[in-house]
Amino acid sequence: MSTLEIKNLHASVETPEGTKQILKGVDLTIRSGETHAIMGPNGSGKSTLAYSIAGHPKYTITEGEVLLDGEDVLEMSVDERAKAGLFLAMQYPVEVPGVSVSNFLRTAKTALDGEAPKLRTWVKDVKSSMENLRMDPSFAERNVNEGFSGGEKKRHEILQMELLQPKVAILDETDSGLDVDALRIVSEGVNRVKEDTGLGVMLITHYTRILRYIKPDFVHVFVDGRVAEEGGPELAERLEAEGYDRFLASA
Amino acid sequence: MTTTDHSQATADAAHTDGAVIPEGSRGERFTSFDVDAFEQPTPRDEDYRFSALRDLAPVLDQADAPVDGAEYDVQAPEGVSTGTLAIGEAPRGTVLVPEDRIAAIASAGTAEALHVKVPADAQVTEPIRVAITGKAASRSHIVIETGTHAEATVILEHRGTGAHAGNVEVIVGDGSQLEIVSLQQWDDDAVHGGTHHARVGRDATYKHVAVSLGGKAVRLAVTAEYGGTGGSAELLGLYYSDSGQHLEHRTFIDHNAPKCHSNVAYKGALAGKTARSVWIGDVLIRAAAEGTDTYELNRNLVLTDGARADSVPNLEIETGEIEGAGHASATGRFDDEQMFYLRSRGISEEKARKLVVRGFFADLIQQIGVPEVEAGLMREIDLELEHFEEEYAEETE
Repeated sequence: MSTLEIKNLHASVETPEGTKQILKGVDLTIRSGETHAIMGPNGSGKSTLAYSIAGHPKYTITEGEVLLDGEDVLEMSVDERAKAGLFLAMQYPVEVPGVSVSNFLRTAKTALDGEAPKLRTWVKDVKSSMENLRMDPSFAERNVNEGFSGGEKKRHEILQMELLQPKVAILDETDSGLDVDALRIVSEGVNRVKEDTGLGVMLITHYTRILRYIKPDFVHVFVDGRVAEEGGPELAERLEAEGYDRFLASA
Repeated sequence: MTTTDHSQATADAAHTDGAVIPEGSRGERFTSFDVDAFEQPTPRDEDYRFSALRDLAPVLDQADAPVDGAEYDVQAPEGVSTGTLAIGEAPRGTVLVPEDRIAAIASAGTAEALHVKVPADAQVTEPIRVAITGKAASRSHIVIETGTHAEATVILEHRGTGAHAGNVEVIVGDGSQLEIVSLQQWDDDAVHGGTHHARVGRDATYKHVAVSLGGKAVRLAVTAEYGGTGGSAELLGLYYSDSGQHLEHRTFIDHNAPKCHSNVAYKGALAGKTARSVWIGDVLIRAAAEGTDTYELNRNLVLTDGARADSVPNLEIETGEIEGAGHASATGRFDDEQMFYLRSRGISEEKARKLVVRGFFADLIQQIGVPEVEAGLMREIDLELEHFEEEYAEETE
């Protein structure tokens, strides 16, 4: 049983126009097995929340705490956060030329476990996970994200989540740029990993579409750098019907 | 990141990058065996303005020239003949006529040139090895020749210290296949200048690989022309420049015959405040060279602040009747987003850097095609990176 606690989190970013405060006091707790949808209009700071938790150097934490099972995440380096059990599926995964997917996956798994995975079971795990995500075996020999379509990049992110087995995963707009078939495959992947490992999920999205496939336990509306309203799945339905207008008007 | 990519360059859009306007055509350069015919270069000379002139002084100074050439160790498999050629003794001097002072000094300073000859139709599977060990000041001229339809690989190893001016004159026989790998694995204080020039025969395939990892200053001109139609020349290069190193490669493909192919690909990494690299890539497609297909590329990966990479592709086209002519040059800083992506998967900073740098060089190394060289290079790059990690740790402490 794991718990990710975000307390009064404030974060800023340096821009040519000066320091810009983006997160303005985020409170959120995610436990194993729970799925939290973070919904909000563009520019509300959803992605900043994801990257701040993962430790991207672009963002400066100015106030607040992030604890994973009581451990101070903000004190950890980026790779230490992954080792502690955090995973960020990125909206725009980065190309790494000359590094094959299989080499990348094995290197990451070895780094997380502190030892190389047993070859036979590892090969089998990779193969079955790729099959589940409808990925061709040749995928493993391609360079990380190089020439991947939008759908391939997202499936590759979920493949990593399945193989690296984090305690808490943050999915940053994993649904963006996906057609319905790809969205279903990716969502099935998330649901399968949830069932198998019981991880906690923070699902960041602009649209309600993905919530038809991945059922959230909690929905948080994110506006202007903080959670403006919280509720159950019914809140997502209301957002689908009404949009974000009423939050923007008050913000 | 700065990038130029003009894959669609054509005769009427021929141009020069980097604000360098050469005087006249690259093909009309002065040549001579007479050292004194070349003036001592100054930083204002176009051909030396990116060079480490002060460091190169010993290979630009005729007075320093010894009479005893250089120390070689030659390992030639069966069927390969080795001998010497005096100044003026053909085929020496028939292909390489010096275009600059360093080449003239290397040529004039070598009384007896090493001559490696692979006879016609011979298929030499084992690489021919020439190990050159530097001393205070050394000069060398090596003539490598393949007969018709011969196949061979030559590995030139440069090690040790001192100042070395060395030429390699290559005669690639019609229909033959020759690969030359020149490894610059000098000590940190060594200086190396010279020209490797090839004439690629009709339907012949030539590959030259320059690997510059060691040395204080290296200035290599790697050039090729064609002796007939259907020839193919590939010039590959890999360099890794640390603080205090100045590694310069000047490639030139002279498309002087129809239906020939060329490909130039040089990649370098720079790490350290005073690391320098220079790549000048000239391609000339003469009026006679209809049906030419050429591409040249230079990529630099800058790992730290302060390092400087100069990259200047020049494409001169005198005929529009070509298959293709393109060039690309890009110099990028080490990508923080790549690092973040890898580290967010639990991979340590050091390991992530290693993955990225190895990945950067991987496709180039795979093109070398000599397994022992490929494997050795990956090890060398790992060593360079380990060295970098140590320095980096000290700098950031």
